[in-house]
Amino acid sequence: MKSPAFEYTRPASVAEACALLARHGADAKVIAGGQSLVPMMAMRLVRPSVLVDINEIDALKYLAIEPQEARIGACTRQVTVERDDALSERIPLLRMALKCVGHVQTRNRGTVGGSLAHADPSAELPLVALVLGARLRLRSASGRRDVQAREFLTGAMSTALRPDECLEEIGWPAWRERTGAAFMEVSIRHGDFALVAAATQVALDAQARCTRASFGLAGVGATAVAFPELAGRLVGTKMEDGLVEEVAHAAAKQISPGSDMHASSEYRRHLARVLVARTLRAAREKAASA
Amino acid sequence: MTEKLYEISVEVNGVRCEGRVPARLSLVDWLREELRLTGTHVGCEHGVCGACSVLLDGEPVRSCLMYAVQAHGHRVGTVEGLRSPEGGLSPLQDAFCEAHGLQCGYCTPGMLIAAQALLDATPHPTEEQIREAIGGNLCRCTGYAQIVEAVLLAAERSR
Repeated sequence: MKSPAFEYTRPASVAEACALLARHGADAKVIAGGQSLVPMMAMRLVRPSVLVDINEIDALKYLAIEPQEARIGACTRQVTVERDDALSERIPLLRMALKCVGHVQTRNRGTVGGSLAHADPSAELPLVALVLGARLRLRSASGRRDVQAREFLTGAMSTALRPDECLEEIGWPAWRERTGAAFMEVSIRHGDFALVAAATQVALDAQARCTRASFGLAGVGATAVAFPELAGRLVGTKMEDGLVEEVAHAAAKQISPGSDMHASSEYRRHLARVLVARTLRAAREKAASA
Repeated sequence: MTEKLYEISVEVNGVRCEGRVPARLSLVDWLREELRLTGTHVGCEHGVCGACSVLLDGEPVRSCLMYAVQAHGHRVGTVEGLRSPEGGLSPLQDAFCEAHGLQCGYCTPGMLIAAQALLDATPHPTEEQIREAIGGNLCRCTGYAQIVEAVLLAAERSR
């Protein structure tokens, strides 16, 4: 399994990378960590004639924690994000999710932006981006535009990125209330693709009433899916176990997961219900003790 | 058509190595076939088995998921670089022998790299940390128990 021949380019700046993408269009592909792209090239599932290697662009590697959001450069390694205690304090879902992303060796090389741009239906980071309402900054030779996660993720391995654009930055909203988060997934072995993953974040007031809630699932459709209406039913309540079960049940009814050799549609639906309920309860408990 | 070649300069096990490589040549193929460092094994060639693990700037990565041209300007460490300065086996390698941390040996270089990276960062890891560190390395012989024991033994001896 060897990759087909391609021309290799190593831009030193984002502007240079965008110029290369403008010149080569759909024949070019950005390579960041390569943890998904290289196997796909080795299996000849994709055959770009030009690779634009952004690994040496330091301007795409940063992590800035601001009051409203954490801004992360697209080529920041997953391990950098996973290890950052201050970030984990502000956006706890990121570390929780990254613990389930591949293995040490792949997280050392894999990037935050790469995982989002690849947009695997069972991937953890797109799920967190959707649940938190992340902002993705796309850049091309003609300028920048910001896209919300729900608009960015357009289908299985499909995104709003145009052939001449690259991902520059991801802004992860930070909740400033009394917040609790939980991430859980079921996979055949730890680090494998998730059969189903669930991410949840809730905020409680001083009386332990929910003031804000968001949850979503990955592995149950072409893209990660969030449930804003169902989450809205939790607001103003104390998130009693009975209501949590009801909401989880309703979420599982709204999805139509596929069947494959790893899990049937029914089993995925079952996991969706169980994981939504468990993450909602866990997030509630964490917020209550925050 | 002849493929374009790219000049690279990589520090491998402390030695500067120059090469001229086609873009599609993987790092592991360059290490094995051009530098004849055949200690690093090629298993699945698509990032699943961990046999090809090497240290890139000190951190373990899969060398089948990188092109050699991307290693230009970086440091690479392979299993050959683990040996003690006197030339014998390293304490971790000794521990693998004693604890029977291998049978066929195919996964061993990758296991050693993953375990050595763990010990470098965490000299006295828990069993759970060891299992996490080697979680991306497949072994079809040992059932992993003796590999974990070997790493624990090496850590214990460094006290």
